[in-house]
Amino acid sequence: MKLHVSTTVNGDAAEFLTDPGTTLLDALRDELGLTGSKEGCGSGDCGACSVIVDGRLVCSCLMLAAEAEGKRIETIEGLARHGELHPIQQKFLEHAALQCGFCTPGLIVASKALLDANPDPTEEEARYWLAGNLCRCTGYDKVIRAVLDAAAELRQERRVA
Amino acid sequence: MTDVLDRQQTETHFATVGTRPIRPDGVDKVTGRAAFGADFVMPGMIWGRILRSPYAHARILGIDTRKALALPGVKAVVTGADFPDLASEIIEGGEAASNSRDMAVNVIARDKALYEGHAVAAVAAISPAVAEAALELIEVSYEPLAHVIDVEAAMAPDAPLLHSHIFTEGLEERPKLPSNIARKHQFVRGDVDAALAAAEVRVEGRYTTKAVHQGYIEPHACVASMSEDGQGHVWCSSQGHFMVRSYCAKVLGVEISNIKVTPAEIGGGFGGKTTIYLEPIALALSRIADAPVKLVMTRDEVFRATGPTSGGVIEVKLGAKKDGTITAAEVELKFQAGAFPGSPVGTACMTALACYDIPNFRIVGWDVVTNSPKTAAYRAPGAPISAFGVECALDELAQKLGMDPVDLRDKNGARDGVKAAYGPTFQNIAFLDTLARIRQHPNYHVPLKANQGRGVAAGFWFNVGGESTGAVRVSDDGTLTVATGNPDIGGSRAGMAMMAAEVFGVPVDNVRVTVPDTQSIGYSMLTGGSRTTFAVGMAVVRASEKVVADLKKRAAGIWQVAEDQVAWKNGEAICLDPAKADAKPLTLKGLAAQSGRTGGPIQAEVSLNAQGAGPGFAVHSCDVEVDPETGHVTVLRYTAAQDVGRAIHPSYVEGQLQGGAAQGVGWALNEEYIFDAEGRMENAGFLDYRVPVASDLPMIDTVLIETAPNPRHPFGAKGVGEAPIVPPLAAVANAVSAAIGVRMTDLPLSPPKIRAALDAKKA
Repeated sequence: MKLHVSTTVNGDAAEFLTDPGTTLLDALRDELGLTGSKEGCGSGDCGACSVIVDGRLVCSCLMLAAEAEGKRIETIEGLARHGELHPIQQKFLEHAALQCGFCTPGLIVASKALLDANPDPTEEEARYWLAGNLCRCTGYDKVIRAVLDAAAELRQERRVA
Repeated sequence: MTDVLDRQQTETHFATVGTRPIRPDGVDKVTGRAAFGADFVMPGMIWGRILRSPYAHARILGIDTRKALALPGVKAVVTGADFPDLASEIIEGGEAASNSRDMAVNVIARDKALYEGHAVAAVAAISPAVAEAALELIEVSYEPLAHVIDVEAAMAPDAPLLHSHIFTEGLEERPKLPSNIARKHQFVRGDVDAALAAAEVRVEGRYTTKAVHQGYIEPHACVASMSEDGQGHVWCSSQGHFMVRSYCAKVLGVEISNIKVTPAEIGGGFGGKTTIYLEPIALALSRIADAPVKLVMTRDEVFRATGPTSGGVIEVKLGAKKDGTITAAEVELKFQAGAFPGSPVGTACMTALACYDIPNFRIVGWDVVTNSPKTAAYRAPGAPISAFGVECALDELAQKLGMDPVDLRDKNGARDGVKAAYGPTFQNIAFLDTLARIRQHPNYHVPLKANQGRGVAAGFWFNVGGESTGAVRVSDDGTLTVATGNPDIGGSRAGMAMMAAEVFGVPVDNVRVTVPDTQSIGYSMLTGGSRTTFAVGMAVVRASEKVVADLKKRAAGIWQVAEDQVAWKNGEAICLDPAKADAKPLTLKGLAAQSGRTGGPIQAEVSLNAQGAGPGFAVHSCDVEVDPETGHVTVLRYTAAQDVGRAIHPSYVEGQLQGGAAQGVGWALNEEYIFDAEGRMENAGFLDYRVPVASDLPMIDTVLIETAPNPRHPFGAKGVGEAPIVPPLAAVANAVSAAIGVRMTDLPLSPPKIRAALDAKKA
């Protein structure tokens, strides 16, 4: 029996039918065609599927699609707005904080959740927050620099606004 | 064309090379647009799953697929019987040759399952759930056999035998009996026994490492469609779509021209995606099912059935004079190959002493089959393992001599004119500069506190060139498209765009780079061996030069002057003929707009076999702190210096050094395949197979040495991707050994081992 799910994805209403055992990740990728969230492990260990649900960072491979009912979901596809990259995305590019780019959507979504909660993280805070997002290419150096630089830029934007 | 070449050889300041532009594929990768292996779908597509052996070693007595085929929604089932039996034949690959028969049997088992996770059957069905249910209905009758995974146990005369056709190669006499020892490698110079006996100072040690996985975050994935007339199309993530094409054709017994492969973006490979696993199975399923078939591995399957690299035993003896001159080295290496021959022990032998000038040595390597997944290339295959033993032994020698470990390496270091242990004579290398820059680095002089230690190690990788194609096309508006046959695994599109922009003298944003399918560009060897920026870059530069020459010819025609009266500078043709002093420069844009009247479309495709890659030397220093209560190691500081020739895009070169160092730290401290008594992997997931996370590492400082540009590359580039994983195992181990005052020799240096070493020291 399929379940009917009504939810909000990146600000837009979204509906889909799902099996009770389907993960949110599979529903995003296969039902809604949002393939920016990646499956690296399917067990919540790599963070490539990170999304924000009602303001909380979650691994979408560990959440059932049916649990999305009535929730607000933010994915990597929703970060850039009106032709402008989010400052975290821009800083990832400027710092060359990606090599293969597979873990990048998850890292950027997790970084957004960090900076939403803590606009001025220390290097150590950023490293522990992002410890749930595996990157095998970069050694994290440029990732951490990009996140701290994005934090500084977002603080500047808030001051100006 | 000559002025372009002259400029490259004389100028050291470039407009674009050496700058840090945003990569052309960057926005797609930070927005989630980039399509990786599992992101592709096709109309009418169905889903495959693979049944894998639960036994480390078993005879397959029979496979009954009738119940699975009868399940509604199941469209195809295949077993090894659906694939042709191939003769033993060596196929040259990127870094390592493969045996086509072994590859085919690794893709799907025939009479025996040789490791837990070995594919034995596959299904395709209308949904992943039906495919999963069908797997349960396939009945395989196994006769379990004794298994062997430890490399030295596998070498024993009474070890369980994996293959009855392996008779050790490389011995003076062919052995009478088959064994698990596939090959002996040997490199000898001088009289090592006499030199060791005469040495004033000697050290010897036995070092061990465990199998470790490449750990790319993207699992293997493909979609394959095989039409009724035998033409196949594969969309997949790999390090080389031409490799996938030829290997699939081989395993399926079809013509290469009947397979087309379209590359997806690749989510990491590190050598692990230089071979095939899923693709021929998906094609075979598709042929039966009359529908495209998608196959995606789980992380569990990635660990149990792909990669890893060898676990090994490294025995080292060094002899030296009291002044630190090394006179003798003896190295013996024993490597797990996994289920089929072909561990990287050969390259481990060749690289073991490559950083040093040693008059007498004997290096022996043993390639040994074991009941574990067939090893795949992993970043500088084999070199980190032999370097672990050699560089730890050097550390011990430095201690015994009372010498700084960098000074000891400097005294014996390879320089121009030294004949490498593996044959060639080095030219244009900067190993000594690399050592010097580590010695000068502030990190090397930070005072250490209690429970802290500093380790240094060096590493070498050959780097390769090889067959490569680059194409450059000029659009009507003067913008450029560059096409190559090599998947972009870590920013190579940026490098290609920059090198083309440099030749044309145009802004890099005017150059877009694409990686088309196997039917749309000339052949290229796979992305591996640190070859892409060097070799494919050379093809792109040559194609760009050809186009510039064509543009100059067209400008000469427009001006009605001799071709040698036209120069190319900053994206414009300039008339040198004094008789035409009023001729205004013709821009690339202007020439492109007139292409229809000057000879038609402007483009060039160059295929070449690049030689002279230029070897890479890396020196790393690492500071650690050991918690004596728990045995946990914290990396405090890490510095990676490397002879890079010239960095095309320094950020991505630094990234290679940082990423290699991080993987090496994981290899040294955390990562290992753990097997139970039945030979089943116990930690096939990222929770228990612990790769470094952000909080495990400090910033990784890099030093790019550009004092010896590669004369064989138009801009001086050397390969950079692999050398940085060679030193970290020993750099970390030397630091830990220094911190606790005990020589640590068995990787990974996990907390229980360090606790045990501290306890033994106290007792």
